Amino acid sequence: MKAFAELYAEIDARTGTNVKLAAIVRYLHAAEPADAAWAVYFLAGGKPRQLVPTRLLREQARLAAGLPEWLFDESYQAVGDLAETIALLLPPPTAPDTEHGLAFWVEEYLLPLRGLPPEELTPRLLDIWARLDTHGRLVCGKLLTGSFRVGVSRLTVTRALAAVAGVEAKRVAERMVGYTAIDARPTAADYHALIAPDSQDAFNPRASGQPYPFFLAHPLALPEESDPGEQLGTTDSWLAEWKWDGIRAQLVKRDSKMWLWSRGEELITERFPELAAMGEALPDGTVIDGEIVIWRDDRVQPFALLQQRIGRKNLTAKLLQELPAALLAYDLLEWRYADLRQQPQRERRTQLESLVRAIAQPTLHLSPLVMGESWAELAALRSESRERGVEGLMLKERESRYGVGRTRSDGIWWKWKIEPYSVDAVLIYAQRGHGRRASLYTDFTFAVWDKSPDAPDRRLVPFAKAYSGLSDAEFRQLDTIIRKTTVEKFGPVRSVTPTQLFELGFEGIAPSTRHKSGVAVRFPRMLRWRRDKPISEADTLETLRALLPPELRIR
Amino acid sequence: MKIDASPVAMPADPSRDLVVARPEGLYCPPGDFYIDPWRPVERALLTHAHSDHARTGSGHYLAAAPGASILRSRLGEIDLQTLPYGETIHHNGVAISFHPAGHVLGSAQIRLERGGRVWVASGDYKVEPEPTCAPFEPVRCDTFITESTFGLPIYRWRSNDELLAEINAWWRDNAAAGRASVLFCYALGKAQRLLHGLDPATGPIICHGAVETLNRVYRESGIALPPTRKVSEVEDRSVLRQALVLAPPSASGTTWLRRFPDHSDAFASGWMQLRGTRRRRGVDRGFVVSDHADWPGLLWAINATGAERVIVTHGQTHPLVRWLCEEAGLDAQSFETEYGDEEHDGETGEPSAVNDAVADLAGESEPVQTSNPATPGPAEPPPEER
Repeated sequence: MKAFAELYAEIDARTGTNVKLAAIVRYLHAAEPADAAWAVYFLAGGKPRQLVPTRLLREQARLAAGLPEWLFDESYQAVGDLAETIALLLPPPTAPDTEHGLAFWVEEYLLPLRGLPPEELTPRLLDIWARLDTHGRLVCGKLLTGSFRVGVSRLTVTRALAAVAGVEAKRVAERMVGYTAIDARPTAADYHALIAPDSQDAFNPRASGQPYPFFLAHPLALPEESDPGEQLGTTDSWLAEWKWDGIRAQLVKRDSKMWLWSRGEELITERFPELAAMGEALPDGTVIDGEIVIWRDDRVQPFALLQQRIGRKNLTAKLLQELPAALLAYDLLEWRYADLRQQPQRERRTQLESLVRAIAQPTLHLSPLVMGESWAELAALRSESRERGVEGLMLKERESRYGVGRTRSDGIWWKWKIEPYSVDAVLIYAQRGHGRRASLYTDFTFAVWDKSPDAPDRRLVPFAKAYSGLSDAEFRQLDTIIRKTTVEKFGPVRSVTPTQLFELGFEGIAPSTRHKSGVAVRFPRMLRWRRDKPISEADTLETLRALLPPELRIR
Repeated sequence: MKIDASPVAMPADPSRDLVVARPEGLYCPPGDFYIDPWRPVERALLTHAHSDHARTGSGHYLAAAPGASILRSRLGEIDLQTLPYGETIHHNGVAISFHPAGHVLGSAQIRLERGGRVWVASGDYKVEPEPTCAPFEPVRCDTFITESTFGLPIYRWRSNDELLAEINAWWRDNAAAGRASVLFCYALGKAQRLLHGLDPATGPIICHGAVETLNRVYRESGIALPPTRKVSEVEDRSVLRQALVLAPPSASGTTWLRRFPDHSDAFASGWMQLRGTRRRRGVDRGFVVSDHADWPGLLWAINATGAERVIVTHGQTHPLVRWLCEEAGLDAQSFETEYGDEEHDGETGEPSAVNDAVADLAGESEPVQTSNPATPGPAEPPPEER
């Protein structure tokens, strides 16, 4: 545990990728395989479910530190991270454990905590804290609350493993698929499989329901008014499709069994029974890449409706009927157990088209090609995206192979998204941020006017929270303004005299009964600080409502 | 002046207070003088030479003798009278004496006595002894005016020896890898404290001009510091790869740093205790070294004075006041001051925690004038932690 906690501290303190990579390699070389197995799981983003309720953890830490509630809260607000606050407040360890490794800690001390009644949890927590120093408590706290995150990408972890194993990073990426699933219990044998020499490659798709690593698209950023041709050449070297607003997924059929994997490499087969049902029709050894959407009246439905489906635990017959899912297929990665990823995009597309037509399933549609003779024509079609319920265009190189992750060496996929929705909104509440923004006011609530400018008694109605899109310097300036214009404090939140106007961008909008404004927006962020405009020129609720997609407006 | 919610009634006759808050600074009415005023006044008593406590423009200054040369080097030609630690001088019927505060060389707590009542103003202080200044001495008093820069229980320091061992190890690792070690810290006090504990066997020690000026004053005052050089005095540039470089935070991102092309950087400050501030600072390492008392240090010092009334001037005033009232049963309140309160510096990333409590007060009470003093002091490193 100590070695892993020190690795965490080192990665956390450093900024350079290569330094982090070297630290991981050093750790893996020195660690017992069973410990390395868990370390890779956590570093690559694996999260076991929350082990101890946050409230209980917080309360026990407070009692152990001998602090009144308000002082614990003040401390938490200054630190901006619960596990770190606890690590800093607890009294020094009385029985430091330098002997046991990460695997022992996770399997013997941590995982068994889940589901224990409070009276059994309390003595165990005290026992755990007595054995760990500040670094160890920080890591342990993050594992207990299921919020472990560290500043390395999965790619960096993959590269570290590749360096340890002496095999290609791409190979390791394939072996890593599914490694970080929520219920995984990685063992020494799993770790050995990750770093096995190439000849004994343990990756055998025939034997399992494993998907392939997803090939990811890059955002296409074109200067305004520019001709895409300058960057992309002629349109005939590209396949254009709509960029669907759903859940990216791979459908795997092998050995008469069907698996559905999300982009996050979680198994979601049971969430979509209507998709699982088409397993019967698919031949063994088939892997389709596509997008899960709600499909009704021959068209894609807004993401907000898909969200309702995902959020529901019980899939009633009524729900399945009201919100039917479909897979929009756009790639064929495996056919009759043959890996097609090295074939050009156009070839895979042709095979996919014949497959989809041949099996003719009501829940499997081809993601149609968007035909345009020129960039101008494609740009014009892209501008219709919103009416079609899509996010823009995908451009896939005809000759591209199916790469791993965000690689570019196999050819490229571009996502050519439409501009986000945008409105001008007023900052009315602020809350201190977390992590590197701890103790700075960086999390804001924004409002629009409820009536038009000529109304005598109009008020600001909150509709979105946003905390990204400004530079560090701007955040600091805003922090100063917030401290100077504070009206009232409610715990960590301050209300301010409305003085600052921002152009707020978001990706989607839906009606909401939970929000006072009656709408909820997706991925809101600050596009611009409008210091040039007075707050009286902020947009109104009317403007927001006018942005609602028609099919949501009617309901 | 702000009075925090206190279960203990305020003294019936506040006109008997030996120190009150005025727009110019902390004022002693019977003595007719100020302590660390932030505007020019006739008579000023100074606790120490950091720029938020010692400002130019006042008529007469009185300070502890060991701090005289630092004050002169910072404030220039001033009318300065000094007093050795522990000696008493009488002014308008108030007995004044200076007592070590352990913050930086010459830093003092100011003890005032009149009619059997004793008040002590701490200025900034730390309680762990270290070799570059006289250690903090608790002074018995009725009312203690304390700072609270790190007034939250998340701030607990490790020992000076442990910290220096950590810094020396970092330097050794860098020197072995052939890269310079650039350590940012405040030029007055922190730099000399670190310098004193550095292991000169590892390599040469280079100091930025702002640091070197103060090294000279420390050496003249009899504090032993290892040999240091300015970078302009180094002829063989290859030795820079083994060097430790001490620079004020304001040197970060300047052309001066280009002389050390391959270097690792670190920041030494109490604020480095939090991962958030460490990451915001964007340096390779954060060393938690402070010249202020940590939370246990504040509570220990307050308790050691035996004071029944405590006034908190700057830093995390609110939590400390509330703790003292509710948990320690003392009569505690806060004064609004301009210590530790300056605008955020975009380049050097002033952590806002330092301004937090001050801003809190500004938002809740009738603010005392907060405009800047008419005569600014000499150029200074940023005021993050003085």
